[in-house]
Amino acid sequence: MSDLQQVTQEALAAVAAAEDEKALEQVRVDYLGKKGALTAFMKTLGKLSAEERPAAGQQINDAKQKVLVELTARKEQMASDALNAKLAAETIDVTLPGRGQSVAGRHPVNQTIDRISEFFTRIGFEVAQGPEIEDDFHNFEALNIPSHHPARAMHDTFYLLDERVLRTHTSPVQIRAMENGQAPFRVIAPGRVYRCDYDQTHSPMFHQVEGLLVDEKVSLSDLKGTIIAFLKAFFETDELEVRFRPSYFPFTEPSAEFDVRWTKNGKESKWLELGGCGMVHPKVLEAAGVDSSKYDGFAFGLGVERLAMIRYGVDDLRAFFENDLRFLKQFA
Amino acid sequence: MNVVESWLRSWVNPDISTDEMVAQLTMAGLEVDGVESAADDFSKVVVAEILSAEKHPEADKLQVCSVNDGTDTVQIVCGAPNARAGIKVALAQVGAKFADGFKIKKAKLRGVESFGMLCSAKELGISDDHEGIMELPADLALGTDLRDALNLDDKIIDIDLTPNRGDCLSIRGIAREVAVFNALPAPTGPEIEAVEASIEDTFNVELSAPDACPRYVGRVIKNVDVTKPSPAWMVERLERSGLRSIDPVVDITNYIMLELGQPMHGFDLDTLKGGINVRMAKAGEQLTLLDGQEVILKDNVLLIADEARPLAMAGIMGGEDTGVSATTKNVFFESAWFNPIAIAGRARSFGLHTDSSHRFERGVDPALAELAIERATALLLDICGGEAGPVEITEVEDNLPKQATITLRKHRIKDLLNLELADDEVERMLTGLGLEMTARSSEGWIFKAPSWRFDMEIEEDLLEELARLYGYNNVPITAPVASLAPKAQDESKVALSALQNQLLNLGYQEVITYSFVPEKVQAVMDPDVEVTKLANPITNELAVMRTTLWSGLVQTLEYNQKRQQGRVRIMETGLAFRGDEQPRCIAGLAYGTRLPKGWFGNDDVDFYDVKADVEALLAHSRGHEVSFVAGSHKALHPGQTAQVLVDGKPAGYLGALHPSVLQALDLKGPVFVFELRLDAFDHAQLAQAKPLSKYPETSRDLAIIADQHTPVAPMLASAQQAAGEFATKVTLFDVYQGKGVQEGKKSIAFGLTWQSDERTLNDDEINAAVESVLSTLKADYQAVLRG
Repeated sequence: MSDLQQVTQEALAAVAAAEDEKALEQVRVDYLGKKGALTAFMKTLGKLSAEERPAAGQQINDAKQKVLVELTARKEQMASDALNAKLAAETIDVTLPGRGQSVAGRHPVNQTIDRISEFFTRIGFEVAQGPEIEDDFHNFEALNIPSHHPARAMHDTFYLLDERVLRTHTSPVQIRAMENGQAPFRVIAPGRVYRCDYDQTHSPMFHQVEGLLVDEKVSLSDLKGTIIAFLKAFFETDELEVRFRPSYFPFTEPSAEFDVRWTKNGKESKWLELGGCGMVHPKVLEAAGVDSSKYDGFAFGLGVERLAMIRYGVDDLRAFFENDLRFLKQFA
Repeated sequence: MNVVESWLRSWVNPDISTDEMVAQLTMAGLEVDGVESAADDFSKVVVAEILSAEKHPEADKLQVCSVNDGTDTVQIVCGAPNARAGIKVALAQVGAKFADGFKIKKAKLRGVESFGMLCSAKELGISDDHEGIMELPADLALGTDLRDALNLDDKIIDIDLTPNRGDCLSIRGIAREVAVFNALPAPTGPEIEAVEASIEDTFNVELSAPDACPRYVGRVIKNVDVTKPSPAWMVERLERSGLRSIDPVVDITNYIMLELGQPMHGFDLDTLKGGINVRMAKAGEQLTLLDGQEVILKDNVLLIADEARPLAMAGIMGGEDTGVSATTKNVFFESAWFNPIAIAGRARSFGLHTDSSHRFERGVDPALAELAIERATALLLDICGGEAGPVEITEVEDNLPKQATITLRKHRIKDLLNLELADDEVERMLTGLGLEMTARSSEGWIFKAPSWRFDMEIEEDLLEELARLYGYNNVPITAPVASLAPKAQDESKVALSALQNQLLNLGYQEVITYSFVPEKVQAVMDPDVEVTKLANPITNELAVMRTTLWSGLVQTLEYNQKRQQGRVRIMETGLAFRGDEQPRCIAGLAYGTRLPKGWFGNDDVDFYDVKADVEALLAHSRGHEVSFVAGSHKALHPGQTAQVLVDGKPAGYLGALHPSVLQALDLKGPVFVFELRLDAFDHAQLAQAKPLSKYPETSRDLAIIADQHTPVAPMLASAQQAAGEFATKVTLFDVYQGKGVQEGKKSIAFGLTWQSDERTLNDDEINAAVESVLSTLKADYQAVLRG
């Protein structure tokens, strides 16, 4: 059996010497294949007695198994080395910047409108839009501002050559919403408005969100509750101090302006006016075809830029419309 | 309106501080804009008298004054040219301290000792007057602290009144509010006694436009001396209220306007002819106003005229020729009531805004005219002497405003304000405001509005007053209760936010540009569409309405290019203004590299990059047929302009800005822009799922040669059409011109895919389809299979 041992040693040496998978396969064929050197020992079993045969067979099988185990291990090693080499070759610099489009953001004024709209749609308001070149009826008359009313002077209206105006507020959308629907109403109308005024704190174009709720049971205290709930949600604080001051708008009665107490950079807190509101004037309901003996309503208007300035720490209103990309990218 | 606190407190004096009063006024709806002091903070400034003033021995412009400060005579060196013996002056004594921290010390000026300083009004923060030192009224006691002598601790409260509160445009009106909010009795002010007539003279008044002027109270006062100065107390109140002292007659009418709220006018009686006629102007009549402006009147202007000519624009401004002058001997006072409707807007139409028009437009108490003229008469006789004729009231009673009668139902207090108020509390509040309760029942009340409140007409007006007096901040806070009845969710409308997000995700920063743009930019960007112009633009830069959002985007590009931004991708949504149409649009602009500059190559963005972005947008228009055709637009490169068609209708443009546009707007290019109307996205179809085919798909690749100018998209559409009912898609994978392809031709390689829902397609069918495609392309486009 020294032959068997010798051939086994030879086979193991060949496995160890094989350089690649092909050479290894050749070793397998040479020793373990049908005509392989180790397989050939099986044919010698016939010459042995029946008593000797099992032990000799066992020896041959053990030898074959030993070579096979070595061969398999060597093969796996080779595969793993090859993979490692491939992976090493494929290594890249993961610190290089990614390839793709730049990140862009929504304009901070529209981000603010989105937040406002989200709050109100969550409590059942619908979003409405209207034209920005308005007729006198919707911008003024239907809102109880007849042609020579002194309140018109408060509006600094931009006129077109044909008597139409650039809407001075989003309130005309209230009228259009009521004209085109049936009470009850819960509507907000965000959008651009225009006033003939331009300085550090006034832009000739700015944004308002108008809100309108008309139903059979609506009171001033509901209006207060709605505004306060909104402001607390918007500024994400329950601590917010809100006050309501009597004011005047021809289209609401009673009318109020609302302020929040705001501290900036640790300085003394100040009341900041954020918008106007009131109970819809019965003449406005009637002008829009709503039965004022059955329905009451409240309306409010929020100044979007003011909210955005407070929320995002913007000091100059004009920055919103200069569209300096370095400014806008801060809000992406 | 500027309210002098001491004047107000002479009418009503609640036991509260200035700050408390300011807070109270603001919360009453009379918003206080600011509070100013009558003078700066300073100390140790006293009333003194210059006894003598000698020229300084060493300096031409200085004088050495001997000044009596009430206890001593002190030497003061003074540079003011008006320093002279005999006048009373404000002396800052040694040790005096000013608001800016400056302290008066003993000093030597050019070798002469000075023990204090004589002050100008500006140095004390009393006015801007710094032409010499202040000359004080002669009746002030020497040595008195100037703050006491001139009441300089007084405050001026600036109230921003809303247009409904014309009744508060006077001390009397503000005092009424302060009284109500402090539960004090209604203030009466100084006692006004009727002045007995001492002469018979009257001047005839005729009311030819009784709608506009139903009451005119006039009075003749003769032999007045208008050269007499107005008294110091009156001048002080006028000046602190923001009005300059002119002459006694004007000062008196102004004083009464500020005190009572009745604008008045004083005519020089001797310049009037015949009688007064209050009538509407005839178009074209002319009048020279007090301010020298010559106006040509329109027939909607109410006039005070005499039998010869127009004298004044009623309630707005008097005429130059008939006003009181230094030589006036005889005065005719006017105290009238003009209907707000007859005055409103008229002043503005002449570019005027006067204290008088401001008040008449908002409504003056019609019950006030007589009282005011009595007060004016008494003051005039007091200051200028003279003899008064009788008060002449001319009126047309039917045209006088009626005090509104308003029903207030109890349940509405609960309904609208969510307040439970006791009946007697309601009555106390409203009668405190001057309303008269004319009836009461278990249901509610009937009130008559006071003559001065033009803003009280309906029940809601009274509810507002109740809320105001109760305190808006005391009204409960509740959440509205409404039925949860949501409407159907409309999925056929593509949400604007989906489109905006699509572009944000493609790297387009959102901007918001002005809807009005320079006419010049508009003319470059969209010369073919007529612009809508503003009648009153703020500047030429904001003069016309944009017809395309591009007009704002190119200005934003220019702004950012000037700030070294080498890559700009921006988008905006909003209205464009085209004649009667205001379509909502979404637009974008791309300039610079395709991707942010990096290590992977830095190609510039091109037409097809931007087209892909537009296609990504249009992918949201579910169910619509979208196509791009070569188009033309004045702002775009003629060879790089695509018109977007949605269901065959124009929906917008995509293209490169024309080089001449870049030049005109001083832009670096190339710049690509696009704009789509959002209504192209309306009526999107609801997606309907189709079962997927279980059978394999078959593909064939083809390469054809066609003329280089033949557009590819229609060719491929024809190919798909010709490929039969089972053709599912056509995929373009190469377009080539150059070596191997004949000059003037291009090679187009594309794949066709077929699939049936019912069976596996066989080769013969596919071959037949390919033949059909090739013959169609040959017949329609002269395109042949590439050999």
